[in-house]
Amino acid sequence: MKILYGMQQADEGTITVNGETVVFHNPADAIARGIGMVHQHFMLADNLTVLENVVLGAEKLYGIGAKARAKIKEISDAYGLNVRPDVLLEELGVADRQRVEILKVLYRGAKTLILDEPTAVLVPQEVEALFDNLRELKAEGLTVIFISHKLGEVLSVADEITVIRRGTTVGTVQPEGTTTKQLAELMVGSELPTPETEESTVTDLALLEVDGLRLAQTDLDGVERIILDDISFTIHKGEVLGIAGVEGNGQSELVEAIMGIRALNAGTIALDGTDISHVPTRHRREAGVGYIPEDRHRHGLLLEAPLWENRILGHVTERPNSRGQLLDIKAARSDTERIIEAYDVRTPGIDVTAASLSGGNQQKLIVGREMSHAPKLLIAAHPTRGVDVGAQAAIWDHIREARREGLAVLLISADLDELIGLSDTLRVMYRGRLVADADPATITPEELGSAMTGAATGHLEHTEDDAR
Amino acid sequence: MKKLTQRIDKERLLLGIAAPLLAIVAAIVVTTLVILATGKNPGAAFSDMLTYGTASDSQVYILNKATTYYLAGVAVAIGFRMNLFNIGVDGQYRIAAFFAAVLGGALTTPGWLSIILIILCAMATGAVWAGIAGVLKVTRGVSEVISTIMLNAIATAIIAYLLQPGKLAELQSGGTVVSTKPLAKDAYFFQIDTGAAGELWGFIFIAVAVGVAYWFVLGRTRFGFDLRTVGQSESAAAASGVSVKKMIATSMLISGAIAGLIGMPTLLNDSHQFSNDFPTGIGFTGIAIALLGRNNPIGIALGALLWGFLERTTNHLEFQGYDKEILGVIQGVIVLCVVIAYEVVRRYGLKRQQQRVGAELAAQAAAPTQKQEVA
Repeated sequence: MKILYGMQQADEGTITVNGETVVFHNPADAIARGIGMVHQHFMLADNLTVLENVVLGAEKLYGIGAKARAKIKEISDAYGLNVRPDVLLEELGVADRQRVEILKVLYRGAKTLILDEPTAVLVPQEVEALFDNLRELKAEGLTVIFISHKLGEVLSVADEITVIRRGTTVGTVQPEGTTTKQLAELMVGSELPTPETEESTVTDLALLEVDGLRLAQTDLDGVERIILDDISFTIHKGEVLGIAGVEGNGQSELVEAIMGIRALNAGTIALDGTDISHVPTRHRREAGVGYIPEDRHRHGLLLEAPLWENRILGHVTERPNSRGQLLDIKAARSDTERIIEAYDVRTPGIDVTAASLSGGNQQKLIVGREMSHAPKLLIAAHPTRGVDVGAQAAIWDHIREARREGLAVLLISADLDELIGLSDTLRVMYRGRLVADADPATITPEELGSAMTGAATGHLEHTEDDAR
Repeated sequence: MKKLTQRIDKERLLLGIAAPLLAIVAAIVVTTLVILATGKNPGAAFSDMLTYGTASDSQVYILNKATTYYLAGVAVAIGFRMNLFNIGVDGQYRIAAFFAAVLGGALTTPGWLSIILIILCAMATGAVWAGIAGVLKVTRGVSEVISTIMLNAIATAIIAYLLQPGKLAELQSGGTVVSTKPLAKDAYFFQIDTGAAGELWGFIFIAVAVGVAYWFVLGRTRFGFDLRTVGQSESAAAASGVSVKKMIATSMLISGAIAGLIGMPTLLNDSHQFSNDFPTGIGFTGIAIALLGRNNPIGIALGALLWGFLERTTNHLEFQGYDKEILGVIQGVIVLCVVIAYEVVRRYGLKRQQQRVGAELAAQAAAPTQKQEVA
């Protein structure tokens, strides 16, 4: 996708547009060939109007005045986008913003549209509206590449489906006569390890008790935005609690609240019977909380520091990293060697910087580090994101093994199969609340997905009709 | 595998030395061009710098100057390691030296006690002055760059106000110099008499001790690790359990306390009073030296010595008929080149290491699969 849009160069292979082989060195080349991209995270300026956002960077095309406005109107009417050019962007909702993004791309003369996970942030009705827009575009002769992991949506909107797994094309199918199940099999691949937990190891000893957690933020206009509201759950020893949800519904904030990076507005957090609601992060870590952060580059590693210093990170007060106030560099170094061996971190040595390792190996180092301090509770946010298949299986194994020994795990993931496979209990988070719970033994990804968009709440029962 | 690690280390060392060397060579080239442009002979100038700069009296002078500069470099480097730009070292050391001198003039305690009290007073004053910027940053989010620049100006004004006869200063017998009450003789810091070459300031030993402490605290203690962590990534530091705000405030205080020491070699070994001709601008010199020395305790020492050398020798050039502005040109070019060279070398090194690690691992991965295919 990034290659197609000129953000990265391919090592091998060709791209052919309208029968012509082309090479894109940057996004401008791609735009010149009529390829436009709508990013998952919108690239729009809040303090500008829709018109200004659209012409920004493309002033040469139709100017910035009446001509541009007329063109925007024309495109908007032609494809039924219903965009008002003079509204400030900050007044628009997510769906409207997405239409502005699409219009921006069309304004630049795109004939091929790439949409990256466009529905991730939309509610079902908005998704339908978007699909109507896409059908209009199609009818006008434009090509749309729709990237999504939501199988139902792909089946309903696409004319042809190509399944990509771990960087290679595994198949191309027609949506007619293909079921979500067949598609899912193509996506996951039956030979791949599945994150299934065999026997339950859940005990009745509560380890983490979260009660009435509330987190709110007052923005610049004085409006209070509620980020987390009334979050309560208990994780027992040997239990994996999975939290499903579309990203941005408060999962990151929940993790930061439990880690003590964010202060609570209300509620209590108790670890192993001790109230830790107002204890600083370091003490929580020392008390036995392991943390695999969702953004390992920002929160889990010092990229320009050598591996052995990264092994100390987050556990500087604990052995073998330090004795009293002094670092024990020798012990830390030899323990880094041990982690590299035990967790199969592929590196030529412990003096290379963390940045020079691949994402999977960085993640294995983090998992190894967090597991090395005998955690009672592991907070794993997207533990296998961006990790190759081998490392993924290894990380799942480590989590399962520790769980057998009584580790409690809070698992947050966007990978529904991972969630269903690893968890003993599942909760669904939507707009800062835990809205539903489910039994991972019977639930399907589709059923979980409907709760993630707020369509279903309460206890999710698996019904045979849904399974198809 | 071990061999690769060693090779990377050797390469890193080489790259580390390459940057300052590159900068100095570039500076010499530019200086040569400038001297040529003024119509003088650069060769003679350089040879004069070398012979004069290595004379024994120059050596003592350079060491004395470098003592002051080293402390300035370390004070700034502490901030740099934290990603804090403490421009206020200049104001911190001046106001610290002033109040230390006032206290020293008033003390009637035994000499050794006076010296300790004077030094402690200077460190405390410097820490308080820097602490203002630290507190502002932590509580109100004020950029330390802005606040310390302003605090420099405020320090200048406070000193100018208090350094008047009848306030905290007196008119000296000559009638031209206004200064604080001179220190008692027994409150002078010891000096080493090197004969004709002059007196070597004893404060150089304090400077060395500060350097050792800087290396030890940053590299060998938990506190130092936390400090470096915040400097490298605030988000990772917060997630790892470091209180970032506390760390910012603490490191500002330490930076200020070391800054307080900058004026001490001059006060205790040389002037023995704070007058209106007390050296200024050393805080900015410290920024240049910290950059030159890459925040490394030995690097800063080399930078401080180089600065002392340049000052000594270009002063002498003036008597040989060269323009004294040559000093500013050389110093400016060195700092510019250093900053550019370091960034270039750093990026190159990081990229190169990534490539090497990638290549090495690919080779490792390829070896077993080939065997499998054969079998």
